Amino acid sequence: MLQGHQSWVFDKHPVIISTGVAGGPFEAAGALADDFDILHDDTWLGQESFEKAEKKLLEEACEKAIDKAGMKKEDVHFFLSGDLMNQIISSSFAARTLGIPYLGLFGACSTSMAGLAVASFIINAGGASHVLAAASSHNSSVNKQYRYPTEYGAQNPPTAQWTVTGAGAALVAAAGEGPRVTGATIGRIVDLGISDPFNMGAAMAPAAVDTIEAHFRDFNVDASHYDLIATGDLGRVGHNIAGDLLIKHGVDIPEDKFTDCGLLIYKDNQPVIAGGSGCACSATVTYGHLLNRMRRGEIKRILVVATGALLSPLSYQQKESIPGIAHAVVMEREGD
Amino acid sequence: MEKYLIAFVIGGTICVIGQIMLDVFRLTPAHMTVTLVVTGAILGGLGLYEPLVKFAGAGASVPISSFGNSLVKGALSEAKSTGLVGVLTGIFEVTSAGISSAIIFGFLASLFFKPKG
Repeated sequence: MLQGHQSWVFDKHPVIISTGVAGGPFEAAGALADDFDILHDDTWLGQESFEKAEKKLLEEACEKAIDKAGMKKEDVHFFLSGDLMNQIISSSFAARTLGIPYLGLFGACSTSMAGLAVASFIINAGGASHVLAAASSHNSSVNKQYRYPTEYGAQNPPTAQWTVTGAGAALVAAAGEGPRVTGATIGRIVDLGISDPFNMGAAMAPAAVDTIEAHFRDFNVDASHYDLIATGDLGRVGHNIAGDLLIKHGVDIPEDKFTDCGLLIYKDNQPVIAGGSGCACSATVTYGHLLNRMRRGEIKRILVVATGALLSPLSYQQKESIPGIAHAVVMEREGD
Repeated sequence: MEKYLIAFVIGGTICVIGQIMLDVFRLTPAHMTVTLVVTGAILGGLGLYEPLVKFAGAGASVPISSFGNSLVKGALSEAKSTGLVGVLTGIFEVTSAGISSAIIFGFLASLFFKPKG
């Protein structure tokens, strides 16, 4: 199963038998609204706090994924989930509701693919027949924790990104119909010394490039192997930096094949500054939009490279730089 | 008319300095605000802020730097009348109306409104 230095190949081809994707009002007004299963017109979701609203989004996405597969919670062996809140409360509290044996993950916005990679590994190794992998974020809870509460009215610089309010869940199974997970590359921390939490894209771009290079090396493939290579949430600033870095390193990815979930999710006229971010960014875009495109046959093999900025509010206040990470997962249309 | 223009230019200049602190020196909003308050306090202590207020009116008295000036002004005048302890008792003398109303109106707003997100 180990492929090269830091990758796994899943020879038993775990299947994503269903996905659940939930979003808020800003996502409902976005470019990919049709790819969401559940959309809310209220960022509070009728809850008392934004943190509770985020937990609710995650629960809804998970329940939707289980429901679409025609299964019950009891049929799922393990639940792997993560988010951006301190002590990943959204995931743990959603796990309390779901009652599925649970492993919490923290990979910041890279959690979606970290979860999918580990879930696929467990399935491939025969450790379970059904594993649910999920991630969530909420614009208001994240702003409160990492930046400033919206009501504080602090200005955002042009490099700032808009945290996606939403959650995405994928139910991975040993057998069934759906896109197959065939490989994964686990990233290492890359930190080039950027310490500005309003410029996460730039902080994460080198990590994305490092993981893409490692993936190509481990699997002995190049960009032509994929119909699409999507990074998680680099946004406009980070996407351009990653593009430049790839050219500098001699890695050729044609522009029409290389995209970023943070650039896809919103419309141009939405005030998202440099693009979307957050755990839910790659989770909702991958489990909604990208897999829908794959189901329609528009794309056959994709590489999703979810990027994470592993800072904490405390590390930022102590003037620490931002460690970046990226995990890549290969998804393929079945039968091709 | 000239008065308005001077107030606009001086007040605007203070705001531009704040914006430069945010954009060029990458200060946090809190650091920027505190820097302006401390600068106002120092200028007030040196007797330079009052002439600026006389010259620019609201252009100098509305920005947050005026708050620093008021802190020092209260402390100094109270120190003159009651001695060294006056520095402590006088510091919020002039500014108490502003601070109290910020707390009271903030409290009232939180009773009736919910953050929008």
